[in-house]
Amino acid sequence: MSEPVKVFLVDDHALFRTGVKAELAGLEDDRIEIVGEAGSVGEAVVRISSDPPDVVLLDVHMPDGGGRAVLEQVHAKLPDVVFLALSVSDAAEDVIAVIRAGARGYVTKTISGRELADAVVRVSAGDAVFSPRLAGFVLDAFSDRNGPVAVADPELDMLSPREREVLKLLARGYAYKEIAAQLFISIKTVETHVSSVLRKTQKSNRYELSRWASDRRLV
Amino acid sequence: MTVPPVLGAAAPPAGRLTPDGIAKLMRKPSGSILGGVAGGIADHLRVPVIWVRATFALLALMAGAGVVAYALLWIFVPQGPELPDDDVRPASRIERRQAYGVAAVGIALLIVAAALGFAQVLTWVLGPLGLAAIGAAFIWREADDARRERWRRTAAGIVGPSTGSWWRLLGGCLLVIGGLSVFAIGQWDFTAVRSSLFAVALTLVGVAIITIPWWLRLVRDLGDERRGRVQERERAEIAAHLHDSVLQTLALIQRQAGDSREVQRLARSQERQLRTWLYGPAGYASAGDAPTPASASLAASLAEVAGEIEDAYAIAVTPVIVGDAPMDQHLAALVAAAREAMVNAAKHAQVEEVSVYAEVEDGTVSVFVRDRGVGFDQQTVGTDRRGLAQSIRGRMARHGGTATIRSQPGQGTEVELTVPVTAMSDQAAAGPGERADPGAAGLPDFAAAPAGADPSGSSLDESADQTSAAGTVGMHAEPKG
Repeated sequence: MSEPVKVFLVDDHALFRTGVKAELAGLEDDRIEIVGEAGSVGEAVVRISSDPPDVVLLDVHMPDGGGRAVLEQVHAKLPDVVFLALSVSDAAEDVIAVIRAGARGYVTKTISGRELADAVVRVSAGDAVFSPRLAGFVLDAFSDRNGPVAVADPELDMLSPREREVLKLLARGYAYKEIAAQLFISIKTVETHVSSVLRKTQKSNRYELSRWASDRRLV
Repeated sequence: MTVPPVLGAAAPPAGRLTPDGIAKLMRKPSGSILGGVAGGIADHLRVPVIWVRATFALLALMAGAGVVAYALLWIFVPQGPELPDDDVRPASRIERRQAYGVAAVGIALLIVAAALGFAQVLTWVLGPLGLAAIGAAFIWREADDARRERWRRTAAGIVGPSTGSWWRLLGGCLLVIGGLSVFAIGQWDFTAVRSSLFAVALTLVGVAIITIPWWLRLVRDLGDERRGRVQERERAEIAAHLHDSVLQTLALIQRQAGDSREVQRLARSQERQLRTWLYGPAGYASAGDAPTPASASLAASLAEVAGEIEDAYAIAVTPVIVGDAPMDQHLAALVAAAREAMVNAAKHAQVEEVSVYAEVEDGTVSVFVRDRGVGFDQQTVGTDRRGLAQSIRGRMARHGGTATIRSQPGQGTEVELTVPVTAMSDQAAAGPGERADPGAAGLPDFAAAPAGADPSGSSLDESADQTSAAGTVGMHAEPKG
C-alpha cells in the first residue's frame, strides 16, 4: 500500500465524529488517514472543495438537506472524490436517495471499525460497498413481484441472473470472498457485478427507485 | 409602546425585526390614534412619527391620496403584537394632541385649497363620501380593538366589557350607509325604482367595505390557528412517545450500568422500537408493536422473532426481507423453524451477530439464517444439536418444505429453509400483489366504526391514516374536528 487513503468525515454529531476518528485511529491501520471533518452541509462543501480528500464518510441525516445536499453540490465538481454513506437510517428512501445522488456505498453506523476501514479502502479503489440491507432494497426495487414492469431500457432496468445471485448472497451476509467461493468466480468478478448493480441503481428509472429517491423524508 | 414625539429613536418591539435589524412594517397595536399605521411606518423607517403624519396630511390634499393610502395600509399591513400592559396606556396626551393638530392643520389647508379654487377636493372629502370614509374608519378601528380585546382575554383571563365599542360600531355603520345613500341621492335623480336599486347595490358595497377587515382577519387567524394546532399535537405525540420509550430505557440503562450485556440488550431493543416508530409499518425491521398486527405478514413475523432473539440472547439479529406474503400455517412453521435456527446460532455459534435473509420469489419462500461462528461437523454433532436439527428438518418436511444446513468447524453455519408457495392456501397463493385488494375493501368498514362512535377523538385520525395508507379515499369526506 503506497499512499494512505485520505478520509474526510461529515456528520452533524461531534460525538459521533470523535468516536469514528478514535476507532479508526485505534486500528493503527496505515491504509487510511483522517484528514478533516465537518459538522454541517455548508462547512463540508467548502472544506471538501478546497482540499479534496479521497473518500468522504457522509452522514445521511443532517440539517439543511443532509448528505444528499453535500453530494449534489460537490459530486459534479469533483468526480474523483468518493462518497460512502454512513447512517442510522434503515429507510429505503434515505438509502436509495444518497446512492442515486452519487454515493458509492452505504453502511450502517453500527459497523465495526475494522469493517469500516475495509469499506473505505474498497470504495477508494473503485468498488461499491453494499450492506446486506442495501442489497435487500435493491433486490426489492428490481423485483417483478407486482407483475411485469414496463422496461424502457433493459440495459439499465433489469439485473442479470448473475448480478441477482451476487446481490442475494450479499443480502445473506456473505463477504466478497465467500461469494466468490460460493459461485466459483473470482473476487474481481464479484466486484464487477456489484459495481454494475450500483450503476444500474443510480441510473435506472425504475418506478421504485425514482419514487424512493424523490420522497424526501425528514426525521 | 410610545414613540418619543420629537426624536424617532424608535425602540422596536423585540423579536419583530427584519434580518437587517429594522422593525418590520406592522401597525402599532397601542398608542395609536386611528389605525396605528403612521406609528408603524415611523418605526419601520426610523423617522419621527410626526413626519409620517404630516406626509399623510399633505398627501390627503392631493385629491385625497393620503386618505386612500392610509386606508389601504390599514387594511393590508398586519397588526403588531400587543406589548406588556405598562407600555400600553401611556398613549401619550402629547402625541394625541399632536396628531389631532396635524389633522386640524390638514383640514385647514384643505379649506384654504378649496377657497383657492380646488372646490372639488372639498366636496369629495367633506361631502357624503368623506362621511362614509369616517364611518369606515370608526368600524375598522373597532375591529382592531375587538381583536385586542380578544388577546387580552386569552392572556389574562379577563373579559373586558365594551359597550362603547358597540355604539361606535353602530355609528360607523350608520355613517357609511348614510354617507353612501346621501351621495347616491345627491348624484343621481332617477326614478324611484332605479334609485332604490342603486341604494340596495350601494348598501351591499357598503357592507363589503365594512366587513373587509373581518374577512382578512378570519383568513389569517384560521391559518395561524390550524398551524398551531397541528404543531401542538405533533409535539405532544413526540413528547409522549419519547417519555414512554427512550427516557424509560435510559433510566433502566443507568440502573444497570455495570451489566454491559444487559445494557446492550436494552439499547438494541430500544433502537428497534424507535426505528419502527420512525419508519413505520413499511419499514423493513418493523417489529411487534407496528400498527399492523404482527402475525399478519411474513416480514412482520420474522422481524418480531428476530427482535425476540435479540432480547433473549443479547446478540444482534439483522433481518433483510425482500418481498412479503400473508401468513398461513405453513409460513408459521417456516418462521418457527427459522426461530429455532436463530436460537441455535445464538446459543452455540459464539457470535455477536446473526444474519437473517428472507425472500419471496418464484413461488418459493426462502429464509437463510447465517452466522460466522464456530460451526460444527454434521457427522459428529451431539445428540442435542441433532435433535434441534431434526426439529427444524422435520417441521419443514411436514409442511412440504426443505431445510438445508451447511456448516463446517470454524466456517460458521447457514440454515436454509424453503417452503413452496404452491403448498400455501389459495388466498395466500395470490401473492403480495393481489393481497392489497381484500385489505383495501375491508378497511372502510373498519375505519367507519370508530369514526362514527367518536367523531372528534384520536381514533378518527388513526383510522384515517390507515385508510389513506391503503389508498382508498372514502374517509377524506369525513369532517375533521
